[in-house]
Amino acid sequence: MHDAAAHSYGLAHHFEDIEQQHEAGNLGMWVFLVTEIMFFGGLFAGYAIYRAEYLPAFEAGSRLLDIQLGATNTAVLIGSSLTMALAVHAAQTGKRNAQVFFLLLTMVLGATFLGIKYVEYAHKWEHHLVPGLRFAPDEMLKPGTSLPNVQLYFCFYFFMTGLHALHMIIGMGIMAVLTRMAWKGRFHSGYYAPVEVSGLYWHFVDIVWIFLFPLLYLIGGRY
Amino acid sequence: MSGHIVPVRVYIGVFLSLLVLTGVTTWVAFIDLGPVNTVVALAIATVKMLLVILFFMHVRYSGGLTRVVILAGFLWLALLIALTLTDAFTRQWSPLPEGWGASTATPQSPR
Amino acid sequence: MSTANTEIAAAPRVHYLNAQYGVKSWLLTTDHKRIALLYLGSITLMFFVGGSAAVLMRLHLIEPQGALVQPETYNKLFTMHGVVMIFFFLVPSIPAVLGNFLVPMMIGARDLAFPRINLLSWYIYIIGSLFTLYAIVSGGVDTGWTFYTPYSSTYAHTQVIATALGVFITGFSSILTGLNFVVTIHKMRAPGLTWFKMPLFLWAMYATSIIFILGTPVLAITLFLLALERLLHVGIFDPALGGDPLLFQHLFWFYSHPAVYIMILPGLGVVSELITCFSRKKIFGYTFVAFSSMAIAVLSFLVAIPSAIKVFNWTATLYKGSISYQAPMIYALGFIGLFTMGGLTGLFLASLATDVHLNGTYFIVAHFHYIMVGGAVMAYLGGIHFWWPKITGRMYPDMWARIAALIIFFGFNLTFFPQFMLGYLGMPRRYAVYPAEFQVLNVMSSAGASILGIGYLIPLIYLIWSMRYGPVAPSNPYHAKGLEWQTPSPPPTENFEEVPVVTEEAYAYGSEEGAHA
Repeated sequence: MHDAAAHSYGLAHHFEDIEQQHEAGNLGMWVFLVTEIMFFGGLFAGYAIYRAEYLPAFEAGSRLLDIQLGATNTAVLIGSSLTMALAVHAAQTGKRNAQVFFLLLTMVLGATFLGIKYVEYAHKWEHHLVPGLRFAPDEMLKPGTSLPNVQLYFCFYFFMTGLHALHMIIGMGIMAVLTRMAWKGRFHSGYYAPVEVSGLYWHFVDIVWIFLFPLLYLIGGRY
Repeated sequence: MSGHIVPVRVYIGVFLSLLVLTGVTTWVAFIDLGPVNTVVALAIATVKMLLVILFFMHVRYSGGLTRVVILAGFLWLALLIALTLTDAFTRQWSPLPEGWGASTATPQSPR
Repeated sequence: MSTANTEIAAAPRVHYLNAQYGVKSWLLTTDHKRIALLYLGSITLMFFVGGSAAVLMRLHLIEPQGALVQPETYNKLFTMHGVVMIFFFLVPSIPAVLGNFLVPMMIGARDLAFPRINLLSWYIYIIGSLFTLYAIVSGGVDTGWTFYTPYSSTYAHTQVIATALGVFITGFSSILTGLNFVVTIHKMRAPGLTWFKMPLFLWAMYATSIIFILGTPVLAITLFLLALERLLHVGIFDPALGGDPLLFQHLFWFYSHPAVYIMILPGLGVVSELITCFSRKKIFGYTFVAFSSMAIAVLSFLVAIPSAIKVFNWTATLYKGSISYQAPMIYALGFIGLFTMGGLTGLFLASLATDVHLNGTYFIVAHFHYIMVGGAVMAYLGGIHFWWPKITGRMYPDMWARIAALIIFFGFNLTFFPQFMLGYLGMPRRYAVYPAEFQVLNVMSSAGASILGIGYLIPLIYLIWSMRYGPVAPSNPYHAKGLEWQTPSPPPTENFEEVPVVTEEAYAYGSEEGAHA
């Protein structure tokens, strides 16, 4: 029977001590991220196959993306990873106001990313670049690039960035919950695992984008 | 409770490095290096990923089990992509048997 | 059977089954033992859904031109049989029922690392099942459980999306279960329980969980892409639109080949527990058996070797053991024989020269049913019987259990051995009609299937009966080793009064009187 005096706030009943709970939570999130690596991995494998097969079409599709918006979004997301890391730092050092500040800032940057994404998607919609919905790029395609193959590129563009955006939205939800908990002073040097573990998730989503940006936006042979 | 606290200046340093690398990779995309473009882009992305993993995600200060888990994940992903590519890259090796070839009538989707 | 020696106490008045009453206490439970029972109920239901499809198929195949259904319907039957049996029965069976119940108990913990995620995994399973059941009642799907494109993505007019989504959703149930097991085994072992003192069932659960984690997400994304292609008519897998059907197959089999090891590894773990207990001997070559589980998970293409290692180790364990033939042991011994046959026939299929003749025939069907049914299902039933007293606090009627085990063994062989012969003689699989000269063997197979079906119904009846009317079970009716037997039957909600400290090796059966009923 575990000693009531050793029970610290936030300790679940099936763990022996907060240390075990903290380690289990971390390991659990890392294992979950491995499943996410394989989940996105299937899309990266498909992308690799078709890019090898239809490079000119993929380049043509990539040229139709807005490289400035993409690069900006990359910077925004990297910034949000910084603010997230600082939020974890604030939780570890028990600074309540800093926690709330950095979590909110992370959400703002996340929302900025999603806003820019929305602008990009709206642009694609207007220019008939959505696969399956009367796909018809305005640009004259070079000989050797077929329309179905360019549409295939945009399939991967939308699936990969869409799945990524979905993970961002889920992440925003998690941030909102964390912000509320931080506001209530729940996190301190003795208990900050939820912030740390959510940080791992957020950084993972950033890493996926770190690969999506060059693979989708920078293959256009823009020279 | 144990847990390494990374100094803020390390985080700032990593952040700035990531921004610089983003700028570099974008800039290189406008220079024609042929197939090397892809290699450079993936190399830079890998370095950025390592910075995030090691410092933002604290793996630099984590135990062996975490590293084994991460390595297993990447190894398995590499296996998936590599094995799938072996098909794509070797399609041209086997010649088609006599009488086979692209038929002139392409089956149309029924929708 | 002696009940005097190794009992801890008479069953306490309060245990996990009666600690709380009411539907809410079950549907909102986070107790791993209750969640295991929730899974037991749903998985049993899906087993009989998949089994009904099989019954209809075997009835249809009594006549060469088909006796029961239209060919299109037959295609739906074998598809639904495969989808339901693989994804909704075999993959979850031992891990979600026996694993959920036993993993915390075997390591001396109060629960799994993430109890609420455990409950979530069951709800995800239910939602996935509902999608699939909806697909069944609204027209079925006829692509084969392998969903090959472009038929499934472009030409089929059946409920592909609903079924694919059902399997996609249920995949997350497995992923979460695997995640829970890995973290629990790493971080929550009792003091003194080192990796090499763990029962081999835990090694099997760990190896299975690794495949859950690494493989299932790839299946998920693949089925999701399939559903998207069907919805949007874009050509990811359709060659007419520039897509590659083989890409689907690569992605699909990246999960599905390791998946067959998900389906057998847990059974291998159960058999290690049964063989040791009912020979009153410690396992021969513990380290080899433990590592062979990991090897099967990681090096699945070399599976014949680690599997053979296990079979040899079990046989050596049996040698000079003090053997008793209770129902769990009958299942375990049946498993060894049938799994070996299934495994050996796999060699013919793995070898290119013979596979040219056997591929696409009933030889394959027989091969995998020997492993999945003769192996995995028998191990599942053996495990259910072995741990039934612990789970429910009641003994099942042993005579009926042995009779059922023998009926199942006989019915199984009569069903599937003729299929080896049919395959060798050239009868293709997934065909609704066949040449007349194959009828005798088909009728034998169908006769066997009806016996097998009856064999499965018998435990359903007496196990349910025993929950109310069976004799009350002591804490350790088989005098088995293992932490789970050091608690009352059924266990209290918190499993252990005090955190146990482990000092002895696994399977320390040593010198015993060896008195059995």
